[in-house]
Amino acid sequence: MSKIKEAFQNGKAFIPFITCGDPDVETTYRAVLAAAQNGADLIELGIPFSDPTAEGPVIQGANIRALAGGITTDKVFELVRKIRKEVTIPLVFMTYANVVFSYGSDRFIKTCSEIGIDGLIVPDVPFEEKEEFEPFCEQYDVDLISMVAPTSENRVSMIAKEAKGFIYIVSSLGVTGVRSSFSNDLSEVVKKIREVTDVPCAIGFGISNPETASKMAKVADGVIVGSAVIRILEEKGTDAPASIGAFVKEMKEACQK
Amino acid sequence: MSKVDKKGRFGIHGGQYIPETLMNAVHELEEAYEHYKNDPEFQKELETLFNEYANRPSLLYYAKKMTEDLGGAKIYLKREDLNHTGAHKVNNVLGQALLAKKMGKTRLIAETGAGQHGVATATAAALMGMECVVFMGEEDTKRQALNVYRMKLLGASVVPVKTGTATLKDAVSEAMREWTTRVSDTHYCLGSVMGPHPFPTIVRDFQAVISKEIKQQMLEKEGRLPDVVMACVGGGSNAIGSFYHFIEDKDVQLIGCEAAGRGIDTFETAATVNTGKLGIFHGMKSYFCQDEYGQIAPVYSISAGLDYPGVGPEHAHLHDIGRASYVPVTDDEAVDAFEYLSRTEGIIPAIESSHAIAYAMKLAPTMDKDKIIVVTVSGRGDKDCAAIARYRGENIYE
Repeated sequence: MSKIKEAFQNGKAFIPFITCGDPDVETTYRAVLAAAQNGADLIELGIPFSDPTAEGPVIQGANIRALAGGITTDKVFELVRKIRKEVTIPLVFMTYANVVFSYGSDRFIKTCSEIGIDGLIVPDVPFEEKEEFEPFCEQYDVDLISMVAPTSENRVSMIAKEAKGFIYIVSSLGVTGVRSSFSNDLSEVVKKIREVTDVPCAIGFGISNPETASKMAKVADGVIVGSAVIRILEEKGTDAPASIGAFVKEMKEACQK
Repeated sequence: MSKVDKKGRFGIHGGQYIPETLMNAVHELEEAYEHYKNDPEFQKELETLFNEYANRPSLLYYAKKMTEDLGGAKIYLKREDLNHTGAHKVNNVLGQALLAKKMGKTRLIAETGAGQHGVATATAAALMGMECVVFMGEEDTKRQALNVYRMKLLGASVVPVKTGTATLKDAVSEAMREWTTRVSDTHYCLGSVMGPHPFPTIVRDFQAVISKEIKQQMLEKEGRLPDVVMACVGGGSNAIGSFYHFIEDKDVQLIGCEAAGRGIDTFETAATVNTGKLGIFHGMKSYFCQDEYGQIAPVYSISAGLDYPGVGPEHAHLHDIGRASYVPVTDDEAVDAFEYLSRTEGIIPAIESSHAIAYAMKLAPTMDKDKIIVVTVSGRGDKDCAAIARYRGENIYE
């Protein structure tokens, strides 16, 4: 059984996203611990990429700060080894295809498995190209997470049928970021998914406050929050972990309402 | 086992590495293109636009003085600089704008480096009554201020992109982000043979008119095919357009001229095939300038139009199979060629095209006089005059 399922057994899951190395690895370490201690059910760890085409300005900023701080894929792996001594909840990586590919897809995914990474989200690898990484993910037992968007329409069943770990539902059109309006047909998307699989669904992109989190948690099995967490890091830098802990607690509670 | 459709591959290169959000949009584009490319009415409309609006066919000009001066192979210039808007970019843009219009789209977005593609897109949008937004690296808006004004004059809005290195690659990223947020009424008019399938194929097909004409004109003038066809390569659209109808003619040597910037042994280069490695970026698998962890490198060239860290997947494939060769040309060599062609033939080439001229200047003297080289002059150099003057130490601003 996928370890990721555990994240969805404690009520509605709350999944924060944290860019590794923003502004430094020590802060990421403390932020991840704070999130885990305050109710995060799964944590999405971003490995920075120079040109994150699916990200809005907030997460782009985190990528720039982290790379400027000297983060590398190997340093992220070191960080996860350290985190894994304290944190038992499922952890997934979120990064871009070239980061995985250039490291050597086999070597990258093998390392994920060794250090305790349970899944991999690669926003620029759609269903048609998943062959790029999936064979290695299967070999090393790392779930390659599928994404479904409001524009997926006739593609939802095809994607959901082969989904592993959890399904990442993109809440609205566009890139990541804080926004106030959402696509209305999310429950339709979830319904279509439910027809073909019982893999849990989490909604992400643009969820920033407890009200929206609560609303989204009613539609799906979990809620993913990225930009709002990164904003705390942007504002407070190395002092962010305590605030992130408080934010996670508030959001996890909102998900249960 | 999943049913994986390996569409849009050139050998191992190409593919569709894009967010799920865009998948239906590229599929819609693919279906529309498959339909219209075989539609005689569409092709006729496009041909009329080419001939009546864009000034095609472009001249194949025998550069007599240059040939005599270099003392080797006979040199012909394919004059894409004489097209309406001053570059080869218009070929692709008219094709895509017409396609977008047939698809019911009302808005064109585009990225631009030197500004040529942006100007061409703004032109097509004006002609066809479509809204137009052009994304341009902030750095490039400074290097090519006049083109920014041209786009605005044509009714487009220009968005300066401040992220990353604020150059062409960032403009592409930003245009892709914009397309993600608004796929229903918007067509992304990609300017080169890059990005996810079907763009490399669509753009190549629209640019292939260049080699189609070269072939016909060469047969008329010389009664035979050329020995060498060469063109500059950034993303590679004028080069693939110049090569395409010669790919099966194995005796015709195909040479792409990459921007080496300050040299391929420095970090200030944009020579992707010569210095890059295999990667996945901007929707495609191809060669990219990148560091050991796959972070895309901040490339450099004097030419904004070649200042891109990747190369189109079909070029990567032609390189792999040895069908085309890709040579580096430095800033210095390109600037020398810019001045040389201006003085020798009275033709001011774009600084991008000057990279191809520069290599022709090296190659021609090594070849026999009965050999023939065709060099594509992808664009005209008016836009570059102030920058080259500054490069030579003159204090000229636009």
